[in-house]
Amino acid sequence: MPKHLINPDQWIDRYSDYLFNFTISRVSDREISKDLVQDTFFAGLKSMKNFKGEASERTWLISILKRKIIDHYRKINSKKGQAEVRMSYNSNEEEGDWLEERIADPFDKTAEDTLENDELGDAIYSCLEKLPEKQATVFKMKTIEGLETETICNELNITASNLWVIVHRARTAMADCMEKTWFN
Amino acid sequence: MKKRYLFITCEEAQHICDKAQYNEATNWEKFKLTLRYFWCHITRSYVKRNSKLSESVKNSKLNCLKTIEREQIKAQFTKELSKQERK
Repeated sequence: MPKHLINPDQWIDRYSDYLFNFTISRVSDREISKDLVQDTFFAGLKSMKNFKGEASERTWLISILKRKIIDHYRKINSKKGQAEVRMSYNSNEEEGDWLEERIADPFDKTAEDTLENDELGDAIYSCLEKLPEKQATVFKMKTIEGLETETICNELNITASNLWVIVHRARTAMADCMEKTWFN
Repeated sequence: MKKRYLFITCEEAQHICDKAQYNEATNWEKFKLTLRYFWCHITRSYVKRNSKLSESVKNSKLNCLKTIEREQIKAQFTKELSKQERK
């Protein structure tokens, strides 16, 4: 019997933010990240029969996403190559003003920074996955997106005091979880 | 000045501490929290853990989708999922 089961109905709620965070830290563009995450879910849906259940759904989706990111950079690089040929013939710009300097470098961060941020991000998202949905939503909106109390209250149709109760429960559960998995 | 005006309960202290993480506590609230912080070890431990959590989230430079973006992806995905189920 497989260790993990597949349940696409819950993919968006459970993994979309995690996948988005993983992508944006590598491609540095919000729109492209959204497209890559969406493509990943579609690809996952198409290849569901290949899921053997040995790794978790999240790990499996990340492996698809990694391939999507590599494909994205391959596409950029092939376009860049063509553009460089055109530029060398048509432009009189200053020396060194190559197109490649204007394209975000995926290896810009030091490997150590990326690794540490990724691991901490993984720990936070793993704890977030354990929270009840409403607490996770409010915590993300308030703490990660940094939205105003009033905006969240309007969007979720809750009172400010209700919001602070949810925030308090979420923060307590998150601190407990992080204490077990990261702080110590 | 009434005593309860200056001295707050542990729950109130935790609420102020939560608000302070998002810069939404007033100076007066912060003062009352500080007073309690000096003599209440539960408050001290809560403040320490809460600040550590905020620091971690800040250091991780996490990003997440906006609600509307997530809903858009969900709508597209649900369409695709129902197509898949019909096959």
